[in-house]
Amino acid sequence: MAPVIHTPESRKVASRSLAHPVIEVSGLRKSYGSTAAVKDVSLEVEDGEIFGILGPNGAGKTTTVECISGLRKPDSGTISVLGLDPQRDRAALRERVGVQLQEGTLRPQLTVAETVNLFASFYARPADTEELIEMLGLGPKRNAYYRRLSGGQKQRLSIALALVGNPQIAILDELTTGLDPQARRETWRLIENVRDRGVTILLVTHFMDEAERLCNRVAVIDSGLVVALDTPVGLAEREGGGNHMRFRPSKPFDDRVLTGLAEVGRVEHEGPRTVVSGTGELFNAVVHALNAVGVEALEVQLESATLEDAFLRLVQPASKGREEVTTP
Amino acid sequence: MSAPAATLSRRPPRRALNELVVTEAKCAWRAPLSLALGVLVPVTILVILGSVSGLKKTVPGSNPPVTYMTTYVPVLIGMVLALTAVVSLPIVLVSQRESAFLRRLSTTPVAPRWLLAAQVAVNFVLVAVAIVLIVAGGTLFFHVSAPAQLGGFVLSALLATAALFAIGLLIAAVAANRVVAAVLGTLLFYPLMFYAGLWVPRQSMSTAMRHISDYTPLGAGVHAMLSSMQGSFPPVQPLLVMAAWAVVFGFAAVKLFRWE
Repeated sequence: MAPVIHTPESRKVASRSLAHPVIEVSGLRKSYGSTAAVKDVSLEVEDGEIFGILGPNGAGKTTTVECISGLRKPDSGTISVLGLDPQRDRAALRERVGVQLQEGTLRPQLTVAETVNLFASFYARPADTEELIEMLGLGPKRNAYYRRLSGGQKQRLSIALALVGNPQIAILDELTTGLDPQARRETWRLIENVRDRGVTILLVTHFMDEAERLCNRVAVIDSGLVVALDTPVGLAEREGGGNHMRFRPSKPFDDRVLTGLAEVGRVEHEGPRTVVSGTGELFNAVVHALNAVGVEALEVQLESATLEDAFLRLVQPASKGREEVTTP
Repeated sequence: MSAPAATLSRRPPRRALNELVVTEAKCAWRAPLSLALGVLVPVTILVILGSVSGLKKTVPGSNPPVTYMTTYVPVLIGMVLALTAVVSLPIVLVSQRESAFLRRLSTTPVAPRWLLAAQVAVNFVLVAVAIVLIVAGGTLFFHVSAPAQLGGFVLSALLATAALFAIGLLIAAVAANRVVAAVLGTLLFYPLMFYAGLWVPRQSMSTAMRHISDYTPLGAGVHAMLSSMQGSFPPVQPLLVMAAWAVVFGFAAVKLFRWE
């Protein structure tokens, strides 16, 4: 479990279930022909959290979750989902894990309610389909044909089908791709509701804002390897290149006043302005040190590293080797 | 699918099978490709042929005497089978694979083969309805002799149905997409119907042509169905020919079916 806890949600998760993994992946490898889609992926998803898998296109995200959901057989490595082997215990796993696939359409000739009822019939203990349709905001559309739904409505139906079997784990691939900003926000609220009902969620995404907003923890996957695994805030702080503080000093000062501080990584000058890069409580440390030598920081601007900064630093162009990247 | 054997292992609950068949029937009714092709086209042809006065005459030398119309009924049944099982069914099945609906099903406790089973069941019912319409309508309104050897007729029709569904399933198994499936099915439709006697009735074919026809699924089917309509139990050879097509093509379809 990551040590950094930042959001009320993650705190709740931490108190509810301490380090109880429901998905354990170790040394996963999967090739298609001579191409290794997944080279070495290990991760653990805790009970009740929203776990994000983040990575550029073709990084191996989808292949990883397809192996976890039992759709593909790994070349090597072990996977345990709720203590089950996705290949050996397929039937039991499918009762307890709901999956939303990246692509795929449903039957255009069936209505929302017919589709949900059809899928409900597949499960031993299905959810109340009427309640589920209402919860996903599809009530007014319950008798609309699939082909007449908007992109957001199709997506919500697809999420409904991932939940209709009352799963303990929901695997959602590219949840909000192709949705407008409002539909994305509605979908996010929905996913948080689902998590609050106790469903563990494994979310595949390439949207930073989505991961930042929803995920308790994220694994960044690049070229088939896990290159980082932490909370979104932890990743941003640790891998995002730190925070930046930009200010105009009230009078000139010796850079060494700042470079000696633990929080400060670099001091640069842009005309009359000074830019200090570093980590932790950068602002307080800098202001305190400047005050000690009688300098005031004027026109202060602060920039903190985002998950996107971290992501861009972690995910390197193909020309650079992966060897130099260390996995936490 | 990486492990088809595992997906084939468990029989889903009755509730799921019922729901699958009912929703497939709804889909077949709402997007009526099979219905329009396999039922309406042959029934329309029956009505058109039935209005041709020359076809009400008795075939000279037939024993027991039958009308020309009667000899067309097995051919029309062959057309129902070819249009439903070989032309439309593969398109429907391949569409499921193309839209990744089969893949979507494979994430649920119900294996995708049960969807195919439901679709085959619905199409089987369509075929049965069309056959009853043609035989009953023909007998009531168009001077067709009712099948005198009913048991033999049902057996012949069932075997022909099995053979044609096996061919359709093999097309669905190997066709890369729905266009290929449509082209394969349509290309196959013409020789199947030619040897069934749609353009040249079997009794007018040359000996060599009829010999070839005997070994095609619909040539054998028409032969067997016509004998039973005329009152004798069908000969063993056409029944064996149809059974062989059903077994060989059915087995190949199951072996070669691609789930995604």
